[in-house]
Amino acid sequence: MSWQNKVLFVDLTANRCWSEPLNQRWAEKYVGTRGLGTRYLMDLIDPSVDPMSPENVLIFATGPLTGTSCSTSGRWTAICKSPLTNSIGSANSGGKFGAELKFAGYDLLIVKGRAKQPVYLFIDDDNVEIRPADMWGQSVWEADEAIRKEVADPNIKIAAIGQSGENGARIACIVNDLHRAAGRCGVGAVMGSKQLKAVAVRGSQGVGNVADPKRFMQLNTEIKAKVAADKGRQGMTRNGTHAMLSSMQAFGGLPTRNFREVQFEGADKIDHVAARTATDTGHVNLQTNKACFGCTIACGRIAKIDPEHFSVKDRPQYHTASGGLEYETAYAFGPVVGVDDIDALTFAAFVTNEYGLDPISFGVTLAAAMELHELGVLPAELTDGIELKFGSAEALCVMAEKTGKAEGFGVELGMGAKRLTEKYGHPELFMGSKGQEFAGYDARAMQGMGLGYATSNRGACHLKHDVFSQDMKDHTSNGKAEPCKRTQDIISAVDATGLCLFINGYQSFEDFAALMDAACGGWDADKLQLTGERIWNLEKLFNLKAGLTRADDSLPPRMLNDAVPTGSAKGSVCELDKLLDEYYELRGWNPDSTIKADTLARLGLTELA
Amino acid sequence: MKALVMQPDKCTSCLQCEMACTFEHEGVFNPARSRIKVFEFEHGALNVPYACTQCEEAWCLHACPTNAITINDATGAKVVNDDKCVGCKVCTIACPYGTINYRPETGKVAKCDLCDGNPACVEACPTGAITYQ
Repeated sequence: MSWQNKVLFVDLTANRCWSEPLNQRWAEKYVGTRGLGTRYLMDLIDPSVDPMSPENVLIFATGPLTGTSCSTSGRWTAICKSPLTNSIGSANSGGKFGAELKFAGYDLLIVKGRAKQPVYLFIDDDNVEIRPADMWGQSVWEADEAIRKEVADPNIKIAAIGQSGENGARIACIVNDLHRAAGRCGVGAVMGSKQLKAVAVRGSQGVGNVADPKRFMQLNTEIKAKVAADKGRQGMTRNGTHAMLSSMQAFGGLPTRNFREVQFEGADKIDHVAARTATDTGHVNLQTNKACFGCTIACGRIAKIDPEHFSVKDRPQYHTASGGLEYETAYAFGPVVGVDDIDALTFAAFVTNEYGLDPISFGVTLAAAMELHELGVLPAELTDGIELKFGSAEALCVMAEKTGKAEGFGVELGMGAKRLTEKYGHPELFMGSKGQEFAGYDARAMQGMGLGYATSNRGACHLKHDVFSQDMKDHTSNGKAEPCKRTQDIISAVDATGLCLFINGYQSFEDFAALMDAACGGWDADKLQLTGERIWNLEKLFNLKAGLTRADDSLPPRMLNDAVPTGSAKGSVCELDKLLDEYYELRGWNPDSTIKADTLARLGLTELA
Repeated sequence: MKALVMQPDKCTSCLQCEMACTFEHEGVFNPARSRIKVFEFEHGALNVPYACTQCEEAWCLHACPTNAITINDATGAKVVNDDKCVGCKVCTIACPYGTINYRPETGKVAKCDLCDGNPACVEACPTGAITYQ
C-alpha cells in the first residue's frame, strides 16, 4: 500500500485540527484524488448545500502513487461542491504541493467550516497550525513570498488563492507553486469563502510503504524507458500542449470569437512556433520547459514577456520569467477573444496565475462579454471605459488584471459566462455546460468532445474523456458514445492513482494497473477500469443528489443549431440528443440520466443512492 | 576519478534524482532527506541540481574528531561510517558547500557517497542533467 493511511481534518469554525486513520475500505474502492475525495465529500456534506456556505467542505486529495518515483507522480485534486456549476467540483493540479502533502504524512486534507478571520494553514508533518493570514488581500505571488518569509523555509510548498478567490469570484482557482493550478469549478472561491488564504506544507516523512519495492522500481525503469522513447512524448516535451493550437487551426476546431468561428486568422502569431521565434527586437517568448513533481515529460512552459510590451512597460516585476502559454491558455486568451498578440496572451497567463483565476473560464467569459459588446448590450460605459472589442489586446490585459483583483467590471467577469450572459439577457451566448466554460475544442467539429463536455460531471471539460483520435477521423456522431464512456472510466482511474493523465498516451492502462499492483497490492487492469467506472458514477450520484437532471447534460444552441462555417467539419452541428441516448444506454442509466439499480449494484454503490 | 557533473540548463526540476537518492539510501521516496538537492530560481526558469563535490581537500573529513569520514579508494567518495559518527556536526560547519547534513532522526550526518560508483540520481535523471564522468 502506498497510502499514508492518515487524513488531516481542519475545522476552521471550531479552530481545530486533528488526524484520523484513512478509511481503508474507501481507499480500496475509490483509490485516491477525485475518487476518494468525492467519497469523503458525500459523507461530509449534503450535496444540495450552498457551495459558498460554511457547510461546504474543501478537500485536498492525493493518490496512492502521488509522491512515488513513477513519472508524473505530482498530482493532487481539490474537491468540493462547485459554486460555478452546483455539481461536483473537482480540479486537478501538478507542481510540487501534492507530493509534499503526502510527504507530510497525509493522503487527504479536509477543510470544514469558515474561519472568523482570514487564516492560512501551516503543516510541518504532525505540527499543524491555523495561523492569521496577514497576507489576505495580496496576490498569490505576494502571499507566497510573505509566507515563505514568515516560516523561514525555502522548501515550503504553498497553495493559495488571490483576490478573486477572496472575493468569491466563481471562476477563481487555487494556485500552487506559483504557476500550477487546480483551475476549474471555482474551487478558489470555496477556499475564499472559508477565509482560507493558503495551505503551506512541509513534509519530511516521505512515501515508504510500497508493497513490492523491487518490482515497483523495475516497472518504473521499464515504463520510464518506454515513455522516454515515445515520439509523442518527445513532441510534448519540446512543444508542450501549445502545439495543439496549430493542429486545431488546420483541422477547423479552434474556437474563435466566442465559438462563432472555428479557425483564427492570427493563429500563427500565437502558436508554439511563434513562442520560440525571436521577434524583430530579438525577444524570445519561450525560455525553457519545466516539470511538475516526478514528471519525465516536463510539458510546462516558462516564458518571458517582451519588456517593451505595453502590458509590462515600466512594470519590472513582470520582466522575469514565469509560467507561459499552454494550449488552453493560448486558446482562451487568443482565438476565443480574437487576440493575436503573444505578449498580451502571456501577460494574461501571468496575471491569472498571480491572482488565481481559471484562464479557460476567464477567456470564455471575456469572449461572451465581447459578443455582448458587439450587440450593443455592454457599451464601454458599463465596462470601466474599456471597449470590449474582439481582438483587443488592451481589453484582454486590463480585464484579466481587474478580474484577478476583483475590481470594477472584473467583478462581473469573475462570476463566469453563464451568470454574465443571463444578467445581460443573452443566455444563449454562454459557451459551456453546467455553468462551466468550454475548453479549446469545438463541439460541432468534434462530436465526441461535445458529448464529453455535456456529460462531464464537473461541467464542460476536455480532460475527462479522450475521443481525440475518433474525433479527428470523422465529424459525425457515429461511434463516439462508446469511446467517450470507456475513456471517462479509464481517465477517472488514471486521475485517482495520483499520476497525470498526460502520461496516459505513453504508458498503457496495463502499465498503470501494474504500478498500482506493485505499489498497493491486488490490482489488475480490469479492477482498475471498474474502479474508474465506479468513480464516474459516484460523481454522477453526487450531481443527482444536488438536483441535476438530463437537462443539465446540455450544450448551447450555437453548438446544436449553427453549422460549422469553415474547415474540415464545415456544415456540422453536434447531434447531442442522439449521442446522449446512446451514452446513457451504455452507462446503464435511465433516459432521464438517473442510474439504474442494477448498475449501482454492479458498482457497489447501492448504499449511496 | 569520475565525478557527478550537473548541467542546470538541462534540469526540469522533476526531482526524480531526489527520490532515487532517498530510495537508494533509505528505502523511501523522501526529497527532504535527499543528499542531492535541486534549487529553483525565477519561477523555475533555472533549476540547479547540487550535491557534494567530493573535494580533494575534504574539510569534512579533516574536521571529524572520530575519523568517521573515510575515502572510498575506488570512487574517491568521502563516505560517512555510521558506526563511528557521533553526530557532533563539526563536519557540517567545516563543509563550505552545505552538502553534509545532520539527521535528527538518526543522530548522525549524511552525505553523497556516489552510491559506490553507480549513482542512483544519474540513472534516474530523465534529461541527462546529471551525469557521472
